[in-house]
Amino acid sequence: MAFTPTQTDTAPPVSASKGSTGRAGDKIFSGLSKGSGILLLVIMASIAAFLTYRASIALSKNEGNFLTTFDWNASANPPVFGIAVLLFGTVVSSIIAMAIAVPIAVGIALFISHYAPRKLAAPLAYVVDLLAAVPSIVYGIWGALFLVPQLNGLNLWLDEYLGWTYVFDKTQVGVARSLFTVGVLLAIMILPIVTSVSREVFLQVPRMNEEAALALGATRWEVIRTAVLPFGRSGVISASMLGLGRALGETMAVATVLSPSFLISLHVLDPGGGTFAQNIAAKFDEANEFGRDALIASGLVLFLLTLLVNGAARLIIARRKEYSGANA
Amino acid sequence: MSHAIQERPVGSRAASSSGLTRGGLPRWAPAGIAALSVALGVGTGLVADLHSKVQWGLIAALLFVAVTYGASAVVENRRQAKDRVATSMVWVCFVLAVIPLLSLIWTTISRGLKVLDAYFLSHSMKGVAGFEPGGGVYHALLGTIEQVLLATLIAAPIGLLTAVYLVEYGRGPLAKAVTFFVDVMTGIPSIVAGLFILTTWNLMLGFGPSGFAGSMALAILMMPVVVRSTEEMLKLVPNELREASLALGVPKWRTILKVVLPTAIGGISTGVMLAVARIAGETAPIMLLVFGSQLINDNPFEGAQSSLPLYIWEQYKVGSADSYDRAWAAALVLIAFVMILNLVARGIARWKAPKTGR
Repeated sequence: MAFTPTQTDTAPPVSASKGSTGRAGDKIFSGLSKGSGILLLVIMASIAAFLTYRASIALSKNEGNFLTTFDWNASANPPVFGIAVLLFGTVVSSIIAMAIAVPIAVGIALFISHYAPRKLAAPLAYVVDLLAAVPSIVYGIWGALFLVPQLNGLNLWLDEYLGWTYVFDKTQVGVARSLFTVGVLLAIMILPIVTSVSREVFLQVPRMNEEAALALGATRWEVIRTAVLPFGRSGVISASMLGLGRALGETMAVATVLSPSFLISLHVLDPGGGTFAQNIAAKFDEANEFGRDALIASGLVLFLLTLLVNGAARLIIARRKEYSGANA
Repeated sequence: MSHAIQERPVGSRAASSSGLTRGGLPRWAPAGIAALSVALGVGTGLVADLHSKVQWGLIAALLFVAVTYGASAVVENRRQAKDRVATSMVWVCFVLAVIPLLSLIWTTISRGLKVLDAYFLSHSMKGVAGFEPGGGVYHALLGTIEQVLLATLIAAPIGLLTAVYLVEYGRGPLAKAVTFFVDVMTGIPSIVAGLFILTTWNLMLGFGPSGFAGSMALAILMMPVVVRSTEEMLKLVPNELREASLALGVPKWRTILKVVLPTAIGGISTGVMLAVARIAGETAPIMLLVFGSQLINDNPFEGAQSSLPLYIWEQYKVGSADSYDRAWAAALVLIAFVMILNLVARGIARWKAPKTGR
C-alpha cells in the first residue's frame, strides 16, 4: 500500500490548522482505543472477581476441608469437596510433561536454528507450528484411542526395569489411562510453544559470540554450549513456563485419556487421579447449582495457578528484553 | 511468525575432515549408522517380540547415539565425538516431534475417511442413537461457524483497537499494565473463560445456554492473540509513512485509519485468521455454555447448539465403534477447517506482506 503525496484530499493542511473535526476525531479515536485497552483489564479483573464471589459461596457451605479433603461430593447435602487430589494430579502430570517436553523442545529449537540444512529450516519450523494448530480434542481422542494402547508396552517395560523407583511401580493391572500417559500427551501438546519461543531466543544470539567461539576452534556443540545456551537460558526458562501454563489448564486431552479417581498415588503408571480442568469437565453435567459453585471454586484455583506461572514467565522475558538492547 | 527465520552460516562441516586433523569419519557415516541402528532396532524388536513400536524406535535411537559416539571417539577424538552425539541427539529430538504429528494426521485421515461423505456433511444426528451408524455433522459444523464468526466480531475490533492504543497512543503505566495483562491473558485456560461467562451471563443474568454465550468465552480467548499479532504488525509499519501523512496535515486518527492500518492489513488479517483457527478447536467453554444438541439450530442467540469439538467429545463418550467412526470423521472435518484457515492466513501474509521500506 503506497501512500503517494497526491492523496491529500483527506485533509488539506489549511483546514487542518483550524479544523476542529480533526481534533474531535482524534479524541474519539484515541478514547476508543484506550477504552478497549481498559476493557481488557476490566475483563481480567472481573474474571477474578466473579469467580471469587461464586467460590466464596461454595466454600462457606463446604463441610470438608477445601485443601485436604480427598473427595468431590459437591452436589450432595451437606456438600463435601476438596482439591487435594486435583492439585496433585495437575502438578504431577504437568511435571511429567515438562520433563519430557523441555529437553526435546530445546533440541528441536537448536535443530531449526543451528543444525537444519538452510533451505529446510523455515518449512521445518512451520511443521512444528502445525502441531500447535491441531485442536486439543483431536489430541484427546488420538491419545485415548491410539496412544494409550501404544504406551501399554512402554508402561510394562518401565514397571519391569524401573519399578524399584516406586514412581514407576505399576501396582494395578489395566490400560495406561494414567497420569504418566496424560503427561506424555501434554508433552506433545506443549512442544510447539516451548520450541517456537526457544527458537526465537536462539536466533537472537549475537553472531559475534558464536564466531568468536568458532575462531577458537570450538566444535558446533561447543559453540552451542558456550555461546548459545548461556545466552538463551532465561528465554528457555520462560518458554518452559509458558508451556507449563498450557499444560496446567488443558482440559479435553486429559478428560479423554484419564480414568479419574479420587486417590493420591505417586505410582504414576497406575490409572487414576484427576486434574482441575478434567474434573470440571467431568462433573459439570451432573452438578446442581451448588455443585457448579464448587467447580467454579476449583476453577479459581486453576486460574490463579496459571496466572502465577504465566506472569512469572512474562516477567522473565521482559527483564531479558531490557538487557538485550546491547545486542541490537 | 510470518517472517522468515534468519538463517546464518553455522560451524563448517568440513572442519573434521580437513587435512590438518587426525582423520575423520566419512561423510556418509551418520546416514550409515542411522540405517544400521534402525535395522538393529527393528531386528531386536522382532526377535525379542516387543509389541510396541515405540520401543523399537527407542532402541534404534539409543543405538544410533551410542554407535556414533563410539565410532567417532575411535576414529576422531573425544571432542568430535561429543559434537557428533549432540548432533545426533538434536536430530533424534526432531524426529521424535515429527512422529506424533505424522501419526496423528495419518490416524485421523485413515479412520476419518470411513464415514466422511456428502451425507455426513449434510445431515444432523436427529433420530440417530449414539451407538447406531448413520447421522452426520451438519448441525455441529453450522454451530462452529456461527460461534466462531460471532466471537471474531466481538474480539477482532476490541483487539485491533487495543493494539492501536498500545502502538500509537500508549505511554506510561496504563500501557505497561495492558501489555502485561494481554500477555498473561493468552495463558488463561479455556475452561476458566467458560466458567467466567457461566457465572456472569448464565448464573447472574439468568440466560440459558446458547451459541452466543460460547462465542463470548471464545472472544475472551481470542482477544489477546489478536492484540499480540496486530501489535507486531503495526510496529513494522515504517515511521516515515506516519510522518509523511502527519506532515501533510492529516489528523492522527485519519493517519492511523488510512495509512497505518492499510499498510499492515495483510499481517493483521493473518493474525486474526490464526486466532480464529485457534478458537475453532476449543471444546471446554462450548461444553459449559452451549450445552450440545443433536438437532440443527441455526439461531446462535437462543437454545442449545452443537459445535465440532463438542460433537467429537460426545461421540467419543458414547464409546461404540460407530460413534468412534463419527468422532474421527468429525475430527478430520475440524482439522481440515483449521488447516484451511491456517493456509488462508499464510496466503494473505505472503500476498500482502508489509513493505518495511528497508
